Amino acid sequence: MTVHFKQDEPDNSNRLDGMKQGVLGEPLPRIEGLAKVTGTAPYAAEYPIENCAEGVLVTSTITRGKVTSIDRRSVLSMPGVIAVVDDEKMCTRAAQGTANEAPTQGPKQVCYWGQPIALVVAETFEQARDAAKHLKVEYREEDGAPLDPNAVEPEGQEDETVHQGDLAHAMAEAAHNVDVTYTTKGHASAAMEPHAAIAQWDGDKLTVHASLQMLNYNITELAEALDMEEENIRLVSRFVGGGFGSKLGISEEVVAAALAAKQIGRPVRVVQSRQQVFQTVMRRSETTQRLRLAADSDGKLTGFGHEALVSNLPGESFAEPVLQSSHFLYGGENRELMLKVARIHRMTAGSVRAPGEAVGMPTLEGAMDVLAEKVGIDPVELRLRNIPEQDPEEDLPFSSHKLADCLKQGAEAFGWDNGPRKPRRRREGEWWIGTGMASAARVHNIAEAKARVTLKADGTALVETDMTDIGTGTYTILAQIAGEMLGLDPKQVLVELGDTRHPRGPGSGGSWGAASIGSAVYVACKVIREELAKKVGISEEVLELSEGKTATGESLTDLLEGNDLAREGHYEPGDIEDDYTASGFGAFFAEVRVNHYTGETRVDRMLGAFGFGRVLNAKTARSQCIGGITWSIGVALTEALEFDPRDGHLVNCDLAEYHVPVHRDVPDIEAVLVEERDGAASPIQAKGIGELGMCGGAAAIANAIYNACGARLYDYPMTPDRVLAAMPD
Amino acid sequence: MRPFQYTRAPSLTEASHLTAGEDTLAIAGGTNLLDLMKLQVETPGQLADINRLGFADIENTDDGGLRLGALATNTETAVHPRVRADYPVLSRAILAGATQQLRNKATNGGNLCQRTRCFYFTNIDQPCNKRKPGSGCGAIDGVAKLHAILGTSDQCIATYPGDMAVALSALGAEARISGDKGERNVPVRDFHCLPGDTPWIENVLEPGEVITGIALPAPVGGTQIYRKVRERSSYAFALVSVAAIIELTDGKFSRADLAFGGLAHKPWHDPRVGKCLLGQPPSDALFDKAADILLEDARGFGENDFKIPLARRTLHSVLAQATEGAA
Repeated sequence: MTVHFKQDEPDNSNRLDGMKQGVLGEPLPRIEGLAKVTGTAPYAAEYPIENCAEGVLVTSTITRGKVTSIDRRSVLSMPGVIAVVDDEKMCTRAAQGTANEAPTQGPKQVCYWGQPIALVVAETFEQARDAAKHLKVEYREEDGAPLDPNAVEPEGQEDETVHQGDLAHAMAEAAHNVDVTYTTKGHASAAMEPHAAIAQWDGDKLTVHASLQMLNYNITELAEALDMEEENIRLVSRFVGGGFGSKLGISEEVVAAALAAKQIGRPVRVVQSRQQVFQTVMRRSETTQRLRLAADSDGKLTGFGHEALVSNLPGESFAEPVLQSSHFLYGGENRELMLKVARIHRMTAGSVRAPGEAVGMPTLEGAMDVLAEKVGIDPVELRLRNIPEQDPEEDLPFSSHKLADCLKQGAEAFGWDNGPRKPRRRREGEWWIGTGMASAARVHNIAEAKARVTLKADGTALVETDMTDIGTGTYTILAQIAGEMLGLDPKQVLVELGDTRHPRGPGSGGSWGAASIGSAVYVACKVIREELAKKVGISEEVLELSEGKTATGESLTDLLEGNDLAREGHYEPGDIEDDYTASGFGAFFAEVRVNHYTGETRVDRMLGAFGFGRVLNAKTARSQCIGGITWSIGVALTEALEFDPRDGHLVNCDLAEYHVPVHRDVPDIEAVLVEERDGAASPIQAKGIGELGMCGGAAAIANAIYNACGARLYDYPMTPDRVLAAMPD
Repeated sequence: MRPFQYTRAPSLTEASHLTAGEDTLAIAGGTNLLDLMKLQVETPGQLADINRLGFADIENTDDGGLRLGALATNTETAVHPRVRADYPVLSRAILAGATQQLRNKATNGGNLCQRTRCFYFTNIDQPCNKRKPGSGCGAIDGVAKLHAILGTSDQCIATYPGDMAVALSALGAEARISGDKGERNVPVRDFHCLPGDTPWIENVLEPGEVITGIALPAPVGGTQIYRKVRERSSYAFALVSVAAIIELTDGKFSRADLAFGGLAHKPWHDPRVGKCLLGQPPSDALFDKAADILLEDARGFGENDFKIPLARRTLHSVLAQATEGAA
């Protein structure tokens, strides 16, 4: 039985706070943690499937053109080689997140260097990899593949454009103004587990073990790509070794494995090499961003401008949503926001860790620091003065707003010195030391979700959904929500995820997973509670459950009388999505040291204070925060995709050359959870956490670099060469 | 990876015999070679495993120096009490490279022979004169941030990526090489080659020659510094590195052995740089003069232009640090 709850109104009843088990919010360790660290949690490529052949993708060595011939004979006589697959249904790009349709197919048409064009299948991985390198391919190259986003006429994105008042006039009249242009380089998701799939057919039924974030969309994408019915497909993704956006949509190996398995009548495994993951899945677009801030003599914004240029392949719908939080973070009645997309032939741009704010917030918050200096007030104070009463562009209230609390509590916890700020006030040996801060904002997303909860006759519970856990703690928080609602120790709650045999969850992405699927579990549990209350003869509102018993001592097993009680919860966000502007907010504080001679920057300590609704598990929430802050360090200092200027190929395509922060780059990080209840965010009053920790943090570091050594940089990442170039003598 | 024959070399003589063949490469730790084989940058028909040939010890030599077995791991070398006490620049250089896991496996001999990290060398679908003579240099006019500013040629601007050999160059260490014509010693300063018109030739090893050890001279004392500038704190190749052994007598430089990483196709040792310091008291002007000599012929390729001022500043920093309090 399914219970559908569409939320049109905020739910401020905070029912979970009245529950008696007392496990929600507790810092429980991850349920699957032991299995993961002992290597017994199977990832996609690790399922032992009998008679499985190995496929390796062949990728293009031209940027744009047509594959005119593939000489199968060049490899079919090699040892172990079984087949060459170049089916027209093969995908040449990964699907965009929530695309819900097949990605671009037809491997004969090449649109970027490194695009998959075929699959070689052999008995062993090594044989397949060798043969893939030997496959003779002929191309007809096409001219006119622009590669430089600044050298083409970009397309405007109408729905992102805002013209309000007269910004130019406001800038001219302002007591203080800032007009600066930033650049950011592209980023890779850099998940540890490479993209992998094992496909096996049983008649016309297909099962695929894959590493995916959103099975609910992925099954539709795969069905469309293969031109078959979803009913005949089963996708399994129980453990995912990091997604960071790169596994939102199905990627090339999933479809290739399915086609190959069909063609050769055997299961086929396809694992992308590290280089292929970098070169064929998704990049975050580089950006050029102009920020204009006009303020009165007190630093109150009168004008706000944010224009961004991003890029993508022709035909791709995704445009890095740089302005997402700029629309509502600060006031200023004269507004101009504009997003443009340059069509170039680099690999697909798509969602990478906090798409939009990850690069939009560091520039905005850098510009705010410039403004604070011009106005001559503390940068925390500047933010506090510019928090709008309501959404400055739409006539909407905020669902809740914790920015001021985060700024104040964060400053307090960090020991922020709000005295006069001048660069170069502290030096230890070769190192200039300074501090910086920035606001955090990330739009709150929530999605439709279904989960089945079964209260078993033996007094344990089972939660089933195709929701994934990409390392964030979903297994654990769902056991906590169900345990809290049903009066059970979370150990008594078995959570089954990542299998499309289960009800459809929201998938993991956009930080919406916990609030969305948590709400579906909540809805199911609430109905089970109603059934139990009926049996006791009281109303659900007063039913108290803990340790498997009611307040009057009746055990769940007795109440169930030998029967399981199963309900499917179906949560759907209704008018709450349209009636409020909902966002997570926060504040970052950083202390860095910059070497006077070499321009190297090291972060000494960093603190983030975040308000994102109810905390479901203090440990996994904190882990999400410090993970996000770690990515902030990457954005600020180290991460940059480099593309060849002549053929557009991604050159630094492994973890040695694409610099994510390493342990030594990551200092003592503190996360302050500014807990709140946001009833308009979800019926469990929770919002997204995962991405907020990297939405602005890079600016705290950039601003600290300026405070330390006087080098004001406008280009991320702030590598030693750039710091030196901006370093005053 | 291409199928290959694996042979465990039973003796040094046999190892020489095997590796004299055009299609055979010696393998020790394999931390660099196996990666390159997976990418088909290296496609040997046969690997001669030299891991069981002995020469893995670190021993005192008669002249008071130290002999590092070519098969001793980087970790064993870096943590060896005598290396730490008498050759700290070497210990620091090794520990500045790679990761703990890689250093546990990587050997001293293999470290000297590691290949460049040039993006165009490691991608077999791109031009590279080093990998495929005559195919062109992808890095010139390409992505060349990590590339060389000294000793380049129009054929190749790759850098030697290692740290250990930079310290060995400063120390004046010698590589012990064994081949079918017998044994010879080659100063580490002369072991690597500049690219010239033959960028595929990276060092002086002849076919069939195997490095058996590295001889460190008797300890020289002094202040020993290894300074590596990189884009993240660990697991990143040097933008610029400096190995320095500095001694002052009566307030003047009496020893200044300097070698540089990240600047060239080999660890860069220009004897004129140290020589200009000798007998002089430390000063900013003197440090600048040393940098002028070092960078006299430096040439950037756009993206790596910054290495010229960075090398100057890093040298300045190292010399200031080494002479702190004396100026």
